Amino acid sequence: MRKLRNVLYVTNPQSYLSKDGESIVVSVENQELARVPIHNLEGVVCFGFMGASPGMMALCTENDVGLCFVSPYGKFMARVGGKVSGNVLLRKRQYAVSDDETASVKIASYCILGKLMNCRTVLQRFSRDYPDMVSGEFERNFKRLSEGIVQIKAGTCGSLNELRGFEGILSKYYFDSFNDLILSTEPEFSFENRSRRPPLDRVNALLSFSYTLIAADCASALESVGLDPQVGFLHRVRPGRPSLALDLMEEFRPYLGDRFVLSLVNNRVVTAGNFVVKENGAVLLTDDARKTVLQAWQKRKKEEVMHGYLEERMPIGLLPYSQAMLLARFLRGDIDGYPPFVVR
Amino acid sequence: MFVLVTYDVNTETPEGRRRLRQVAKICKNFGVRVQNSVFECVVDSVQLMEMKYKIGEVINTETDSVRYYNLGKQGREHVEHVGAKPGLNVDDALIF
Repeated sequence: MRKLRNVLYVTNPQSYLSKDGESIVVSVENQELARVPIHNLEGVVCFGFMGASPGMMALCTENDVGLCFVSPYGKFMARVGGKVSGNVLLRKRQYAVSDDETASVKIASYCILGKLMNCRTVLQRFSRDYPDMVSGEFERNFKRLSEGIVQIKAGTCGSLNELRGFEGILSKYYFDSFNDLILSTEPEFSFENRSRRPPLDRVNALLSFSYTLIAADCASALESVGLDPQVGFLHRVRPGRPSLALDLMEEFRPYLGDRFVLSLVNNRVVTAGNFVVKENGAVLLTDDARKTVLQAWQKRKKEEVMHGYLEERMPIGLLPYSQAMLLARFLRGDIDGYPPFVVR
Repeated sequence: MFVLVTYDVNTETPEGRRRLRQVAKICKNFGVRVQNSVFECVVDSVQLMEMKYKIGEVINTETDSVRYYNLGKQGREHVEHVGAKPGLNVDDALIF
Protein backbone atom coordinates (compact mmCIF):
# COMPACT_ATOMS: atom_id res chain seq x y z
CA MET A 1 0.00 0.00 0.00
CA ARG A 2 0.98 3.56 -0.62
CA LYS A 3 2.25 5.77 2.16
CA LEU A 4 -0.12 8.40 3.48
CA ARG A 5 1.46 11.79 3.02
CA ASN A 6 0.42 15.03 4.61
CA VAL A 7 -2.08 17.65 3.51
CA LEU A 8 -1.21 21.32 3.60
CA TYR A 9 -4.10 23.53 4.67
CA VAL A 10 -3.81 27.22 4.05
CA THR A 11 -6.41 29.03 6.10
CA ASN A 12 -5.13 32.59 6.00
CA PRO A 13 -7.03 34.33 3.18
CA GLN A 14 -4.06 36.66 2.63
CA SER A 15 -1.65 33.89 1.79
CA TYR A 16 -0.14 33.22 -1.58
CA LEU A 17 1.28 29.91 -2.70
CA SER A 18 4.34 29.72 -4.88
CA LYS A 19 6.96 27.28 -5.99
CA ASP A 20 10.63 27.31 -5.15
CA GLY A 21 12.58 24.40 -6.55
CA GLU A 22 10.71 21.34 -5.40
CA SER A 23 9.03 23.04 -2.47
CA ILE A 24 5.80 24.88 -1.91
CA VAL A 25 6.17 28.23 -0.23
CA VAL A 26 3.31 29.83 1.69
CA SER A 27 3.73 33.56 2.04
CA VAL A 28 1.72 36.45 3.40
CA GLU A 29 2.59 39.90 2.08
CA ASN A 30 5.86 38.61 0.66
CA GLN A 31 6.85 37.15 3.97
CA GLU A 32 7.54 33.46 3.98
CA LEU A 33 5.40 31.52 6.45
CA ALA A 34 6.25 27.99 5.53
CA ARG A 35 8.16 25.94 3.03
CA VAL A 36 7.30 22.31 2.47
CA PRO A 37 8.99 19.88 0.07
CA ILE A 38 6.43 18.59 -2.41
CA HIS A 39 7.21 14.91 -1.84
CA ASN A 40 5.90 15.13 1.73
CA LEU A 41 2.48 16.20 0.50
CA GLU A 42 -0.64 14.41 -0.60
CA GLY A 43 -2.73 17.45 -1.26
CA VAL A 44 -3.08 21.18 -0.75
CA VAL A 45 -6.34 22.77 0.34
CA CYS A 46 -6.38 26.53 0.08
CA PHE A 47 -9.02 28.53 1.94
CA GLY A 48 -7.76 31.86 0.71
CA PHE A 49 -8.51 34.15 -2.17
CA MET A 50 -5.00 35.27 -3.03
CA GLY A 51 -4.36 32.03 -4.87
CA ALA A 52 -1.35 30.30 -6.21
CA SER A 53 1.22 30.75 -8.93
CA PRO A 54 0.88 28.70 -12.11
CA GLY A 55 4.34 27.31 -11.44
CA MET A 56 3.14 25.95 -8.14
CA MET A 57 0.06 24.46 -9.80
CA ALA A 58 2.31 22.71 -12.32
CA LEU A 59 4.48 21.38 -9.52
CA CYS A 60 1.39 19.93 -7.85
CA THR A 61 0.03 18.27 -10.96
CA GLU A 62 3.42 16.82 -11.91
CA ASN A 63 3.72 15.23 -8.49
CA ASP A 64 0.11 14.03 -8.29
CA VAL A 65 -0.61 16.37 -5.42
CA GLY A 66 -4.25 17.40 -5.37
CA LEU A 67 -4.72 21.16 -5.20
CA CYS A 68 -8.13 22.55 -4.45
CA PHE A 69 -9.48 25.94 -3.59
CA VAL A 70 -12.38 26.32 -1.22
CA SER A 71 -13.96 29.48 0.14
CA PRO A 72 -12.98 30.53 3.68
CA TYR A 73 -16.12 28.74 4.90
CA GLY A 74 -15.23 25.49 3.22
CA LYS A 75 -17.39 25.77 0.10
CA PHE A 76 -15.70 24.07 -2.79
CA MET A 77 -14.61 26.48 -5.54
CA ALA A 78 -12.08 24.88 -7.83
CA ARG A 79 -9.71 22.02 -8.20
CA VAL A 80 -6.60 22.08 -10.31
CA GLY A 81 -6.24 19.08 -12.56
CA GLY A 82 -3.24 18.41 -14.71
CA LYS A 83 -3.03 16.81 -18.10
CA VAL A 84 -5.58 14.13 -18.89
CA SER A 85 -3.72 10.98 -18.09
CA GLY A 86 -4.29 7.48 -16.88
CA ASN A 87 -5.88 4.61 -18.64
CA VAL A 88 -8.26 5.76 -21.34
CA LEU A 89 -9.75 2.27 -21.64
CA LEU A 90 -10.69 2.36 -17.97
CA ARG A 91 -12.37 5.74 -18.43
CA LYS A 92 -14.26 4.57 -21.51
CA ARG A 93 -15.52 1.63 -19.52
CA GLN A 94 -16.58 4.02 -16.77
CA TYR A 95 -18.58 6.13 -19.27
CA ALA A 96 -20.21 3.06 -20.75
CA VAL A 97 -21.28 1.80 -17.32
CA SER A 98 -22.54 5.24 -16.42
CA ASP A 99 -24.82 5.22 -19.48
CA ASP A 100 -26.11 1.77 -18.66
CA GLU A 101 -28.88 2.06 -16.09
CA THR A 102 -28.79 -1.58 -14.93
CA ALA A 103 -25.04 -1.57 -14.42
CA SER A 104 -25.21 1.82 -12.68
CA VAL A 105 -27.90 0.59 -10.30
CA LYS A 106 -25.64 -2.27 -9.34
CA ILE A 107 -22.72 -0.05 -8.38
CA ALA A 108 -24.91 2.64 -6.86
CA SER A 109 -26.66 0.15 -4.64
CA TYR A 110 -23.32 -1.09 -3.35
CA CYS A 111 -22.39 2.50 -2.46
CA ILE A 112 -25.73 3.09 -0.76
CA LEU A 113 -25.51 -0.22 1.01
CA GLY A 114 -22.09 0.71 2.35
CA LYS A 115 -23.41 4.02 3.56
CA LEU A 116 -26.50 2.63 5.26
CA MET A 117 -24.59 -0.19 6.91
CA ASN A 118 -22.14 2.33 8.29
CA CYS A 119 -25.08 4.48 9.45
CA ARG A 120 -26.44 1.47 11.25
CA THR A 121 -23.07 0.84 12.89
CA VAL A 122 -22.97 4.43 14.16
CA LEU A 123 -26.39 3.97 15.78
CA GLN A 124 -25.57 0.51 17.03
CA ARG A 125 -22.38 1.66 18.65
CA PHE A 126 -24.27 4.37 20.49
CA SER A 127 -26.94 2.01 21.77
CA ARG A 128 -24.23 -0.32 23.00
CA ASP A 129 -22.28 2.44 24.76
CA TYR A 130 -25.29 4.22 26.27
CA PRO A 131 -28.02 1.58 26.59
CA ASP A 132 -30.00 3.67 29.09
CA MET A 133 -30.27 6.65 26.72
CA VAL A 134 -31.94 4.78 23.90
CA SER A 135 -35.52 5.93 23.31
CA GLY A 136 -38.35 4.00 21.71
CA GLU A 137 -38.17 6.27 18.67
CA PHE A 138 -34.48 5.53 18.30
CA GLU A 139 -35.13 1.80 18.33
CA ARG A 140 -37.94 2.12 15.79
CA ASN A 141 -35.70 4.08 13.42
CA PHE A 142 -32.92 1.58 13.91
CA LYS A 143 -35.25 -1.25 13.01
CA ARG A 144 -36.55 0.52 9.91
CA LEU A 145 -33.00 1.19 8.79
CA SER A 146 -32.02 -2.45 9.28
CA GLU A 147 -35.04 -3.63 7.33
CA GLY A 148 -34.24 -1.24 4.51
CA ILE A 149 -30.71 -2.59 4.30
CA VAL A 150 -32.04 -6.12 3.92
CA GLN A 151 -34.32 -4.94 1.10
CA ILE A 152 -31.53 -3.20 -0.79
CA LYS A 153 -29.35 -6.26 -0.36
CA ALA A 154 -32.09 -8.35 -1.89
CA GLY A 155 -32.00 -6.02 -4.89
CA THR A 156 -35.55 -4.69 -4.81
CA CYS A 157 -34.56 -1.40 -6.46
CA GLY A 158 -34.69 -1.75 -10.22
CA SER A 159 -33.98 1.84 -11.19
CA LEU A 160 -31.76 4.63 -9.99
CA ASN A 161 -34.72 6.80 -9.08
CA GLU A 162 -36.19 4.08 -6.93
CA LEU A 163 -32.84 3.69 -5.23
CA ARG A 164 -32.49 7.43 -4.64
CA GLY A 165 -35.95 7.59 -3.12
CA PHE A 166 -35.35 4.63 -0.90
CA GLU A 167 -32.00 5.99 0.23
CA GLY A 168 -33.63 9.33 1.04
CA ILE A 169 -36.23 7.72 3.30
CA LEU A 170 -33.69 5.58 5.12
CA SER A 171 -31.30 8.52 5.61
CA LYS A 172 -34.16 10.46 7.11
CA TYR A 173 -34.68 7.74 9.71
CA TYR A 174 -30.99 7.91 10.47
CA PHE A 175 -30.90 11.68 10.83
CA ASP A 176 -34.09 11.56 12.93
CA SER A 177 -32.05 9.65 15.49
CA PHE A 178 -28.98 11.81 15.11
CA ASN A 179 -29.94 14.23 17.88
CA ASP A 180 -29.88 11.35 20.38
CA LEU A 181 -26.21 10.80 19.58
CA ILE A 182 -25.27 14.31 20.63
CA LEU A 183 -24.40 14.10 24.30
CA SER A 184 -23.83 17.84 24.75
CA THR A 185 -26.61 19.39 26.77
CA GLU A 186 -26.05 22.84 25.29
CA PRO A 187 -29.19 23.86 23.38
CA GLU A 188 -26.98 25.26 20.58
CA PHE A 189 -25.97 21.75 19.63
CA SER A 190 -29.40 20.24 19.22
CA PHE A 191 -29.99 18.78 15.81
CA GLU A 192 -33.35 18.64 14.06
CA ASN A 193 -32.76 17.80 10.48
CA ARG A 194 -30.13 18.16 7.84
CA SER A 195 -29.90 21.65 6.37
CA ARG A 196 -27.36 22.82 3.85
CA ARG A 197 -26.56 25.71 1.57
CA PRO A 198 -26.42 27.29 4.05
CA PRO A 199 -26.28 25.10 7.15
CA LEU A 200 -28.72 26.54 9.67
CA ASP A 201 -27.32 25.21 12.90
CA ARG A 202 -23.98 24.35 14.40
CA VAL A 203 -24.11 20.62 13.89
CA ASN A 204 -25.09 21.08 10.27
CA ALA A 205 -22.23 23.52 9.78
CA LEU A 206 -19.79 20.93 11.06
CA LEU A 207 -21.34 18.17 8.96
CA SER A 208 -21.15 20.25 5.79
CA PHE A 209 -17.57 21.24 6.49
CA SER A 210 -16.44 17.67 7.05
CA TYR A 211 -18.28 16.45 3.94
CA THR A 212 -16.41 19.05 1.89
CA LEU A 213 -13.12 17.67 3.18
CA ILE A 214 -14.14 14.09 2.37
CA ALA A 215 -15.35 15.03 -1.11
CA ALA A 216 -12.02 16.68 -1.92
CA ASP A 217 -10.15 13.57 -0.76
CA CYS A 218 -12.42 11.30 -2.78
CA ALA A 219 -12.01 13.37 -5.94
CA SER A 220 -8.24 13.24 -5.77
CA ALA A 221 -8.29 9.53 -4.91
CA LEU A 222 -10.36 8.83 -8.03
CA GLU A 223 -8.10 10.97 -10.13
CA SER A 224 -5.05 9.11 -8.89
CA VAL A 225 -6.39 5.72 -9.97
CA GLY A 226 -7.31 7.09 -13.40
CA LEU A 227 -11.09 7.47 -13.04
CA ASP A 228 -13.01 10.57 -14.03
CA PRO A 229 -14.41 12.06 -10.81
CA GLN A 230 -17.19 13.81 -12.74
CA VAL A 231 -18.92 10.81 -14.26
CA GLY A 232 -20.96 9.16 -11.56
CA PHE A 233 -23.42 6.33 -11.31
CA LEU A 234 -25.79 7.35 -8.54
CA HIS A 235 -25.43 11.10 -8.78
CA ARG A 236 -26.53 12.60 -12.05
CA VAL A 237 -23.91 13.95 -14.36
CA ARG A 238 -24.02 17.73 -14.21
CA PRO A 239 -21.40 20.25 -15.35
CA GLY A 240 -18.93 21.08 -12.63
CA ARG A 241 -20.18 18.44 -10.24
CA PRO A 242 -17.76 15.70 -9.15
CA SER A 243 -20.53 13.09 -9.30
CA LEU A 244 -18.35 10.02 -8.94
CA ALA A 245 -16.58 11.57 -5.98
CA LEU A 246 -20.00 12.09 -4.40
CA ASP A 247 -20.90 8.46 -5.14
CA LEU A 248 -17.69 7.26 -3.59
CA MET A 249 -18.06 9.41 -0.51
CA GLU A 250 -21.51 8.03 0.39
CA GLU A 251 -20.02 5.13 2.28
CA PHE A 252 -17.65 7.44 4.17
CA ARG A 253 -20.24 9.98 5.32
CA PRO A 254 -21.32 8.16 8.48
CA TYR A 255 -17.96 6.75 9.49
CA LEU A 256 -15.63 9.60 8.57
CA GLY A 257 -17.99 12.55 8.65
CA ASP A 258 -20.76 11.99 11.18
CA ARG A 259 -18.68 10.20 13.77
CA PHE A 260 -16.00 12.86 13.44
CA VAL A 261 -18.55 15.61 14.05
CA LEU A 262 -20.02 13.74 17.00
CA SER A 263 -16.63 13.35 18.61
CA LEU A 264 -15.90 17.06 18.08
CA VAL A 265 -19.13 18.02 19.80
CA ASN A 266 -19.24 15.33 22.48
CA ASN A 267 -15.62 15.78 23.50
CA ARG A 268 -16.07 19.57 23.52
CA VAL A 269 -13.36 20.12 20.95
CA VAL A 270 -15.66 22.78 19.55
CA THR A 271 -18.04 24.83 21.64
CA ALA A 272 -21.07 26.98 20.93
CA GLY A 273 -18.87 30.09 20.78
CA ASN A 274 -16.88 28.73 17.86
CA PHE A 275 -19.58 29.74 15.37
CA VAL A 276 -20.93 32.90 13.88
CA VAL A 277 -24.57 33.26 12.93
CA LYS A 278 -25.25 35.41 9.87
CA GLU A 279 -28.37 37.52 9.24
CA ASN A 280 -29.84 34.94 6.87
CA GLY A 281 -29.57 32.25 9.54
CA ALA A 282 -26.45 30.66 8.08
CA VAL A 283 -24.14 29.28 10.74
CA LEU A 284 -20.44 29.31 10.01
CA LEU A 285 -17.28 28.25 11.78
CA THR A 286 -14.91 30.95 13.01
CA ASP A 287 -11.33 31.06 11.72
CA ASP A 288 -9.83 29.61 14.88
CA ALA A 289 -12.39 26.86 15.14
CA ARG A 290 -11.74 25.90 11.53
CA LYS A 291 -8.10 25.38 12.43
CA THR A 292 -9.04 23.25 15.43
CA VAL A 293 -11.33 21.15 13.27
CA LEU A 294 -8.66 20.69 10.61
CA GLN A 295 -6.12 19.70 13.22
CA ALA A 296 -8.49 17.08 14.60
CA TRP A 297 -9.22 15.94 11.05
CA GLN A 298 -5.56 15.42 10.22
CA LYS A 299 -5.08 13.51 13.44
CA ARG A 300 -8.05 11.34 12.72
CA LYS A 301 -6.77 10.49 9.24
CA LYS A 302 -3.63 9.00 10.74
CA GLU A 303 -5.52 6.51 12.90
CA GLU A 304 -5.40 3.00 11.54
CA VAL A 305 -8.33 0.74 10.78
CA MET A 306 -8.62 -2.76 9.46
CA HIS A 307 -9.95 -2.88 5.92
CA GLY A 308 -12.35 -5.82 5.88
CA TYR A 309 -12.07 -6.63 2.19
CA LEU A 310 -8.37 -6.02 1.62
CA GLU A 311 -7.56 -7.52 5.03
CA GLU A 312 -4.93 -4.92 5.65
CA ARG A 313 -4.43 -2.29 8.31
CA MET A 314 -4.28 1.19 6.85
CA PRO A 315 -4.55 4.79 7.96
CA ILE A 316 -8.07 6.19 7.65
CA GLY A 317 -6.75 8.82 5.25
CA LEU A 318 -5.99 6.13 2.68
CA LEU A 319 -9.51 4.68 2.66
CA PRO A 320 -10.76 6.87 -0.22
CA TYR A 321 -7.75 5.80 -2.24
CA SER A 322 -8.21 2.10 -1.54
CA GLN A 323 -11.92 2.30 -2.40
CA ALA A 324 -11.18 4.18 -5.63
CA MET A 325 -8.72 1.43 -6.49
CA LEU A 326 -11.33 -1.25 -5.84
CA LEU A 327 -13.84 0.62 -7.97
CA ALA A 328 -11.35 0.76 -10.82
CA ARG A 329 -10.72 -2.97 -10.45
CA PHE A 330 -14.43 -3.64 -10.59
CA LEU A 331 -14.90 -1.53 -13.73
CA ARG A 332 -11.99 -3.33 -15.32
CA GLY A 333 -13.71 -6.62 -14.54
CA ASP A 334 -11.07 -7.93 -12.14
CA ILE A 335 -13.59 -8.45 -9.34
CA ASP A 336 -17.27 -9.39 -9.51
CA GLY A 337 -18.74 -6.64 -7.37
CA TYR A 338 -17.68 -3.37 -5.83
CA PRO A 339 -17.03 -3.98 -2.13
CA PRO A 340 -17.93 -0.81 -0.21
CA PHE A 341 -16.00 0.02 2.93
CA VAL A 342 -17.98 -1.22 5.90
CA VAL A 343 -16.93 -0.61 9.47
CA ARG A 344 -16.85 -3.59 11.72
CA MET B 1 12.65 7.80 7.24
CA PHE B 2 14.00 10.82 9.01
CA VAL B 3 17.44 11.94 7.83
CA LEU B 4 19.49 14.80 9.19
CA VAL B 5 21.81 16.35 6.61
CA THR B 6 24.60 18.70 7.58
CA TYR B 7 27.26 20.15 5.34
CA ASP B 8 30.35 22.23 5.45
CA VAL B 9 31.37 23.68 2.12
CA ASN B 10 34.62 25.60 1.79
CA THR B 11 33.70 29.14 0.79
CA GLU B 12 37.15 30.70 0.35
CA THR B 13 36.81 30.79 -3.42
CA PRO B 14 33.90 32.05 -5.54
CA GLU B 15 33.68 28.52 -6.87
CA GLY B 16 33.19 27.27 -3.29
CA ARG B 17 30.44 29.77 -2.60
CA ARG B 18 28.70 28.59 -5.73
CA ARG B 19 28.88 24.98 -4.50
CA LEU B 20 27.47 26.04 -1.13
CA ARG B 21 24.45 27.63 -2.80
CA GLN B 22 23.92 24.57 -4.96
CA VAL B 23 24.09 22.15 -2.04
CA ALA B 24 21.63 24.30 -0.09
CA LYS B 25 19.31 24.35 -3.07
CA ILE B 26 19.31 20.56 -3.37
CA CYS B 27 18.71 20.14 0.36
CA LYS B 28 15.80 22.58 0.23
CA ASN B 29 14.12 20.34 -2.32
CA PHE B 30 14.23 17.37 0.01
CA GLY B 31 13.82 18.74 3.49
CA VAL B 32 13.22 21.52 5.92
CA ARG B 33 16.01 23.92 6.84
CA VAL B 34 16.40 23.96 10.62
CA GLN B 35 19.74 25.78 10.87
CA ASN B 36 22.03 27.43 8.36
CA SER B 37 23.59 24.25 7.06
CA VAL B 38 21.37 21.68 8.72
CA PHE B 39 18.35 20.10 7.09
CA GLU B 40 15.77 17.65 8.38
CA CYS B 41 14.44 15.46 5.59
CA VAL B 42 11.51 13.06 5.66
CA VAL B 43 12.30 10.89 2.65
CA ASP B 44 12.06 7.33 1.39
CA SER B 45 15.14 5.34 0.42
CA VAL B 46 14.87 6.26 -3.25
CA GLN B 47 14.64 9.96 -2.48
CA LEU B 48 17.62 9.66 -0.14
CA MET B 49 19.70 8.03 -2.87
CA GLU B 50 18.64 10.73 -5.28
CA MET B 51 19.66 13.44 -2.85
CA LYS B 52 23.03 11.81 -2.12
CA TYR B 53 23.70 11.46 -5.82
CA LYS B 54 22.82 15.05 -6.61
CA ILE B 55 24.93 16.42 -3.77
CA GLY B 56 27.77 14.10 -4.72
CA GLU B 57 27.77 15.63 -8.20
CA VAL B 58 28.17 19.14 -6.83
CA ILE B 59 30.65 19.02 -3.97
CA ASN B 60 34.40 18.97 -4.07
CA THR B 61 35.40 16.01 -1.92
CA GLU B 62 38.83 17.54 -1.26
CA THR B 63 37.49 20.52 0.67
CA ASP B 64 33.77 19.98 1.46
CA SER B 65 32.01 17.57 3.76
CA VAL B 66 28.42 16.38 3.97
CA ARG B 67 27.03 14.13 6.68
CA TYR B 68 23.82 12.13 6.53
CA TYR B 69 22.44 10.93 9.85
CA ASN B 70 19.75 8.38 9.19
CA LEU B 71 17.60 8.39 12.30
CA GLY B 72 15.09 5.84 11.03
CA LYS B 73 11.32 6.02 11.04
CA GLN B 74 10.90 7.34 14.56
CA GLY B 75 13.85 9.70 14.17
CA ARG B 76 11.93 12.80 15.11
CA GLU B 77 11.43 11.51 18.63
CA HIS B 78 15.17 11.80 19.23
CA VAL B 79 15.18 15.51 18.50
CA GLU B 80 15.04 18.07 21.24
CA HIS B 81 14.91 21.72 20.35
CA VAL B 82 15.91 24.64 22.55
CA GLY B 83 15.66 28.29 21.60
CA ALA B 84 14.59 30.18 18.51
CA LYS B 85 13.63 28.94 15.04
CA PRO B 86 11.82 25.66 15.75
CA GLY B 87 11.80 23.76 12.48
CA LEU B 88 8.65 22.75 10.67
CA ASN B 89 7.50 19.17 11.23
CA VAL B 90 6.18 17.96 7.88
CA ASP B 91 4.31 15.09 9.55
CA ASP B 92 2.26 17.33 11.81
CA ALA B 93 -0.94 18.97 10.70
CA LEU B 94 0.16 21.67 8.26
CA ILE B 95 -2.20 24.57 8.77
CA PHE B 96 -1.16 28.09 7.94
